[in-house]
Amino acid sequence: MSSCHSHAASRQRLSGAAEPSNGAEAPDRPRYIALVGNPNAGKTTVFNALTGMRQKVANYPGVTIEKKEGRCRTSSGRQVILLDLPGTYSLESRSPDEDIVRDVLLGLQEETPRPDMVVVIVDSSNLERNLYLVTQVAELGLPVIIALNMLDLAESYGREVNVNLLHQRLGMPVVPLVARKGRGVDKLRQYLDDYPRDVEWRIPLPAAIQTEKESLAAGLSQSLGVDLHLADALALRMLSNEELAKKVERRWGHNWQPRVAAARRRLADEGVALSSDEPTTRYHWITDLCEDVMSVPSHEVKTLTERVDRVLTHRFFGPLIFLALMAFVFQSIYTWAQLPMALVESGVTHLGRFVSAVLPEGPLASLLVDGVIAGVGAVVVFLPQILFLFLFLAVLDDSGYLARAAFIMDKLMSSVGLHGRSFIPLMSSFACAIPGIMATRTIDNRRDRLLTILLAPLMSCSARLPVYTLMIAAFIPNTRVWGFFRLPGLALLSMYLLGILMATAVGWLFRQTLFPGKPAPFLMELPPYRSPALRNVAITMWEQGWQFLSRAGTIILSISIVLWFLASYPHYRPKPGESPAAVAGAQIRHSYAGRLGRLIEPVVQPLGFDWKIGIGLVGSFAAREVLISTLSTVYNVGNADESSVTLREALRRERRPDGRPVYTPLVAVCLMVYFVLAFQCVSTLAVVKRETNSWGWPLFMMGYLTTLAYVVTFALYQVGKAMGWG
Amino acid sequence: MPLTTLDRCCPGVEGNITHLSGEPSLVRRLMELGFVPGTRVFVVKLAPLGDPLQVVVRGYHLSLRRLEAQSITLEVNEVTNE
Repeated sequence: MSSCHSHAASRQRLSGAAEPSNGAEAPDRPRYIALVGNPNAGKTTVFNALTGMRQKVANYPGVTIEKKEGRCRTSSGRQVILLDLPGTYSLESRSPDEDIVRDVLLGLQEETPRPDMVVVIVDSSNLERNLYLVTQVAELGLPVIIALNMLDLAESYGREVNVNLLHQRLGMPVVPLVARKGRGVDKLRQYLDDYPRDVEWRIPLPAAIQTEKESLAAGLSQSLGVDLHLADALALRMLSNEELAKKVERRWGHNWQPRVAAARRRLADEGVALSSDEPTTRYHWITDLCEDVMSVPSHEVKTLTERVDRVLTHRFFGPLIFLALMAFVFQSIYTWAQLPMALVESGVTHLGRFVSAVLPEGPLASLLVDGVIAGVGAVVVFLPQILFLFLFLAVLDDSGYLARAAFIMDKLMSSVGLHGRSFIPLMSSFACAIPGIMATRTIDNRRDRLLTILLAPLMSCSARLPVYTLMIAAFIPNTRVWGFFRLPGLALLSMYLLGILMATAVGWLFRQTLFPGKPAPFLMELPPYRSPALRNVAITMWEQGWQFLSRAGTIILSISIVLWFLASYPHYRPKPGESPAAVAGAQIRHSYAGRLGRLIEPVVQPLGFDWKIGIGLVGSFAAREVLISTLSTVYNVGNADESSVTLREALRRERRPDGRPVYTPLVAVCLMVYFVLAFQCVSTLAVVKRETNSWGWPLFMMGYLTTLAYVVTFALYQVGKAMGWG
Repeated sequence: MPLTTLDRCCPGVEGNITHLSGEPSLVRRLMELGFVPGTRVFVVKLAPLGDPLQVVVRGYHLSLRRLEAQSITLEVNEVTNE
C-alpha cells in the first residue's frame, strides 16, 4: 500500500482520485472499493460473500481499529480490492471508528487511498435510517452503488421496496440482495465492473448553511485543488465538526480553523444549528422518498422477532434464559475445552519425549523440548477455549441475541461503570482472560472496551484454581463455619469474590481518572433475529484463532524460550548418587531463575514469601499454574500436581533458616491473594498488546495489577503478623 | 395531548416527537438515528431491571437508557395496554 506522507504527494493523489469518471476508463491499479453501511446492515456478510477467505486484516496506523481488505473478482474476471469500513450511522463522526469511515471517504486517511467507488449496504427492512447514511455518502463526489440487502426480511414485515423507483430517484445503481443466502451477490459482482457517474442531486440545506458551505468549499477547492463535490462535502463536515478542520490543516496545510470558526459563529448568530438542521432536513427528504418507494402494510404485522422477544427479554424468563445460556457457554470453555486442551498437552509431552529420545542429550535437545516445543504447546493450548468461545459469540452475535444480552445486563453493568456488552468478556475471563479479552471486540465504545480489558485479569481464571486448591488443601483447616459451611469452600469463594470486588473498585477509580467525563450514550439497535450464517461463524473462528496464533503466539513463544533459558542456565553439574528430583531441584535453585528468586527475596519478604516462592513467582509468568510444578521442582519433589500429597507435605515441612515454618495459613492466604490480583501470565500481556495495538496499555495493566497485588498482600501480611494470625 | 419525556413513558405508550433537548452531540446522534421532531415513537418494553428502554422508531427497534431518553420530548397519542 502506498504511504505517501508528503504534502504535495497527498494533494496530487487526492485531486487525482476525485476526478469525475465516466465509466469508460479504469485506473491501472486494481480498483479500490469501500463497503460502508449501518451496523447490522449485513456489511460483513456481503464482504465475506464477495471475498471469501481472501482477506487481509491489519490495523489503521495509530489506532486499534481493524482494517479489513479483501480481493474479489468481478464478473469480467478483473480483480478489485474491497475495503470493509467500520459500521456507522452517519459521516458526522463521534468515535475513532467513525472517524476512519469519514476520513477514508474524504481521502484524509493516511496510508489508505481514497476509494474509487463506494458500495453502501442498506438494510431494506430498516430503509429510512439506512438511507440517512446514503444521502451523506451520495454527496462525496464518488460513484456509489446501493446494495439493497435483507429484502426477504423486509418482505416478511410486509414492506415492499420498489427497486426501480429507488434507482431512479437516487440516480444510483440499486442491487437487490439477500447476502446471507447468497442471492444477488453475482449481480453485485457485475456492478463492480461498472463505474457509475457520481450523482448530481443534493439535499437543499437551509440557506444560511448553504451559503457558508459554498464559500468554504470554494476556498477548499481553490487551495487544495480538489473537485467541487468533494470540497462541498468536506466543507459541510468541517462546519459541523471543528476537529476535522484541524485534521485537514495537519494533512494538507492552510489555515482553516479560523475560517471554520468564523463561519460557525455567523451561523450561531443567525440562530441556525447545523447539528439539528442537517439531520432534520435529510430525514424530511427521506420520509418523502420512502412514501413513494416503499409500501407499508395497512396494519402492524407482528414479526417473529417481536414474538421471540416476548420470551427472550421477558422480565423473568429473559434473565433466566440468559443465565442458562451463559452457564452453557461457561461450561464449554471451562470444562469441555479441557478435553482438547489435554490432548494438546499430551501431544506436546509425547512430541517432547520423542525428540529427547531421538536427539542426544544436551543443550539442543533441552532447547527444543523444554523451550520450543513447550512454548508452542503453551500457545496452542489456548486455542480450544478461544475457538469454543468465539463459536458461541459468533452464533449469538450473528443471530441477534448478543444485543439482547446487553439489553438485559446493561443496568447491572452500568452500576459499576461498565456497558451491557462487558458482561460476556468478563464472565469468559473466569475461564481464561485470553478469550475474554479477545471477546471485548463486541464492545463498540473504545473507553468501555479498554476498561473491560483492564479489568478482565482480575476475574480468577482457571489457571489460578490449582494454586488455590494446593494452598487450601495444605493449610486451610477443614472446619465447619456457621453450622453448614466449610472453611476451605469459603476460602475458595472469597478468592473469586475478592477479584470481583477489586474489579468494581478499580473500575470506579479508572472511570474517575483514566476515562473521565460522562459515559458514552448507550444507543443500541436490537436487530431482528436471524438464523446465523455458517460462513460468518466459520470465518470469525478462523480469523480469531489464526490471529491469536500469529500475533500473540509469537510473543508467548519467545517469552517461553526466555523463561526456559532462565531456568536451565547456568548448568548444574550433578554429584554422583543424587536422585533425579534432587538434581532438578538443584538445577533450578542454581539457575538464573533461582538467582532471580534470591534477588527479589527482599522485595517479596514483606509479603511473607521466601526466595523459593520467589522462584515460583518468576515461573508463573509463563502461566499461573506453573507455580505448582516450579515449587515441586524447587522442593525436590519431582513432578507433582496440585493434589499431590508429597508436595503438600513438602510445603508443610519447609522451614526458614531460623527454624520457623515458611508456610503458615497466613502465608498461604497471602499467596492466594497475590495470585488473585497480580499480573503473571505473559499470554495476557501478548493478547492485550495485540488487541490494543500498543505496548502502552499492556504495560500499564502490568504495572497497576502488580502494584495492587503488592500493596494488598503487603497490608494483609503485615496486619496479620501484627495480630498474631500466624 | 400531554407532553412528556420519553424516559417517563411506560410500555405501550406511543407519541410524536415535539423536540429534543440536552447535550448537542447526543441530540445530534439521536436525530441521526431517526428521532427528529414529528417522528412517531412507540415504547415496547423496559429491560428486566427497569433500564434501558426498548422503543420502535422509523420501523426498527432501539434500546436506550433513561438518561438518554430524557432528551426526547413526546406528545402522547395513545396508550395500548399490552
